[in-house]
Amino acid sequence: MGTVQSTQSSRPRSNNPLTSISTDAAMLNQLARDVKASMSIYDAGEDQVYGLLAEFAHPGELLHAAEAIHEAGFRHFDTHSPFPIHGMDKAMGLGNSLVGWITLGGGITGLSLATLMQWWMGAVDYPINISGKPFFAIEPSIPIMFELTVLLASLATAAGMFALNGLPRPYNPLFYSKNFARVTDDAFFLHIAASDRKFDQETTAQMLQELGASNVETIHDHGEEDQD
Amino acid sequence: MSTASTDKTLAHLADFHDEAPLVKGNLSFHDITEIVSSHTEKKTPFAWYGAFSLALAGLMLLLGMIAYLFWNGTGVWGLNNPVGWGYAIVNFVFWVGIGHAGTLISAILFLFRQQWRTAINRSAEAMTIFAVICALVFPTIHVGRVWAIYWTLPLPNQMNMWPQFKSPLLWDVFAVSTYFTVSLVFWYIGLVPDLASMRDRAKGKLRKLVLGVASMGWTGANRHWRNYEKAYLLLAALATPLVLSVHSVVSFDFAVSIVPGWHTTIFPPYFVAGAIFSGFAMVVTLLVIARKIYGVENIITVDHLEKMNIIILLTGTMVGFAYITEFFIAWYSGVQYEQYAFVNRMFGPYAWAYWTMMSCNLFFPQFFWFKKLRRNITFMFIISIFVNIGMWFERFVITVTSLHRDYLPSSWDYYTPTVVDVLTFVGTFGLFFTLFLLFLRFMPMVAVAEVKGVMPEADPHFYDHEGDGHGAEHAVQPSTQQ
Repeated sequence: MGTVQSTQSSRPRSNNPLTSISTDAAMLNQLARDVKASMSIYDAGEDQVYGLLAEFAHPGELLHAAEAIHEAGFRHFDTHSPFPIHGMDKAMGLGNSLVGWITLGGGITGLSLATLMQWWMGAVDYPINISGKPFFAIEPSIPIMFELTVLLASLATAAGMFALNGLPRPYNPLFYSKNFARVTDDAFFLHIAASDRKFDQETTAQMLQELGASNVETIHDHGEEDQD
Repeated sequence: MSTASTDKTLAHLADFHDEAPLVKGNLSFHDITEIVSSHTEKKTPFAWYGAFSLALAGLMLLLGMIAYLFWNGTGVWGLNNPVGWGYAIVNFVFWVGIGHAGTLISAILFLFRQQWRTAINRSAEAMTIFAVICALVFPTIHVGRVWAIYWTLPLPNQMNMWPQFKSPLLWDVFAVSTYFTVSLVFWYIGLVPDLASMRDRAKGKLRKLVLGVASMGWTGANRHWRNYEKAYLLLAALATPLVLSVHSVVSFDFAVSIVPGWHTTIFPPYFVAGAIFSGFAMVVTLLVIARKIYGVENIITVDHLEKMNIIILLTGTMVGFAYITEFFIAWYSGVQYEQYAFVNRMFGPYAWAYWTMMSCNLFFPQFFWFKKLRRNITFMFIISIFVNIGMWFERFVITVTSLHRDYLPSSWDYYTPTVVDVLTFVGTFGLFFTLFLLFLRFMPMVAVAEVKGVMPEADPHFYDHEGDGHGAEHAVQPSTQQ
């Protein structure tokens, strides 16, 4: 979000075609950053600080903390828990998931593919007279139309879910935290990314502590340097 | 006033939870991770090797029988006119039927918000996938010329031919392969958070790497859970009609023909009920043993098994009702051939198979009307075995009795399977148990994240009442005991 302002400030000069190209590039970068943020992927600052990771005692505390953080104006943050927590989407101010549209796309593709395939193969390319039955009719085509609709809709759902989540993501700076290994067991974390425009290492850490966090730690993104 | 009544409702709800917690033995979140994951981490028990070698021997037997069949052709089976369909289709329908419980539990019970499903869905889904693999063996090997099996797929080829889409057998290809793929995807998506859980506990470098790749870098982020839960719901909604369609399409193999005893409209719903019936019986058979050996009796409780037994009772009765309806319709149709086919089933040369089916499927499950009996582990195990046997015989009765006496009495015959038939069927159990034992050894057999999610402690509002004494007794909860 921090770079939004710089994009906007360069806008008045965009009469020059060259700067307008660079503005477009900046806007694309910004878009890419926003999309990545929706997948819980953030850029580290220049000091390699990726964000703050705070642990909370139970789902109730985590929910309240997320609510408070969202109200305080933070957007680049996420909660991490061993299971989905009821009401967390609302607390974090997230809208409905987009997976459904991808499912719909997959389903429509499957249905049209099955219809076209059975019509073209059976009535156009290779028509065979079977007991005088029509070369193509809807009734005997329904089972395969149904199956391919379900098949492609399901595959699209799975692929769409992983794509929207930015998975697979083998590298994640959060994995540097020893404590974070318990997130898939019984620990509840809130992570505020350094890329959030409201982020300030000290005041944000203090805020998290006031919300009842135990063990607030700074996460560094060592990135490529870390390859030993 | 209103707050007082709300409190009362909440207290009532809490009491309800106290009465029937899904997870017993006061387990914390950590305990559940520990109980389920530790089995995949410790040294392989000696008993596992014993069971695995037995299963592997069965698999070898299957491969041997298949090789023998490929070398000699389908003449090694007991098929001849008029019984052109024998063990291969019986076993195919039997295994596909067993493969129905998993997706029913994970999809339909999910949509109906039956939270008890979380304890059993992982193993039932695994069982589904393995059963469908066993099922797929039979249509593949029964074609005689195995090298031409790819003709069932709409692949461009040098012959310029396409499959015949008006054939129910081709619908079967699409239905079963779609079912297999969707079940696999559904299962894997459910596995991702639990694989991540095992990744975070992993000690060795290789184990970390493999689990790291398999869990895709899952961190339990809420932005991820949001898409994940939506995808899970959508997959459940897609898999629900799919489960119902698969066995319907399988029944079309019979119902679309004009053979007396097969040509009935009751087949699709009756096959689906039978599939759920046999699938649940197999789940009970396997889980009764697995929960004991793996010490997950507090997660897969007697309450869970009782609920499955109720479904067995319900679907068993539905299947029995369908058997009787078939008779009524045969009589009511006034068609002599139809009537003969059914009288022949009951009193003909295969009466022994018919009455085995009737007693195993309709009679024995009726004991589950008694609460004591349906909560008795030994008893339910015996009944589930009976149901497995009965449902195999149902397919045998449908296939063989309808074919062995056709319109021309001079061609009537008595079908007997050969040794190859029987050993091939025995071998598929080897395949099934090899896969199931590998699953128990290397995968989390309970959906850990889902079980945690339905515990009262997972509800963020569970902690709201910490002050009023009621919450306090629960407040000594998960995260304090590290």
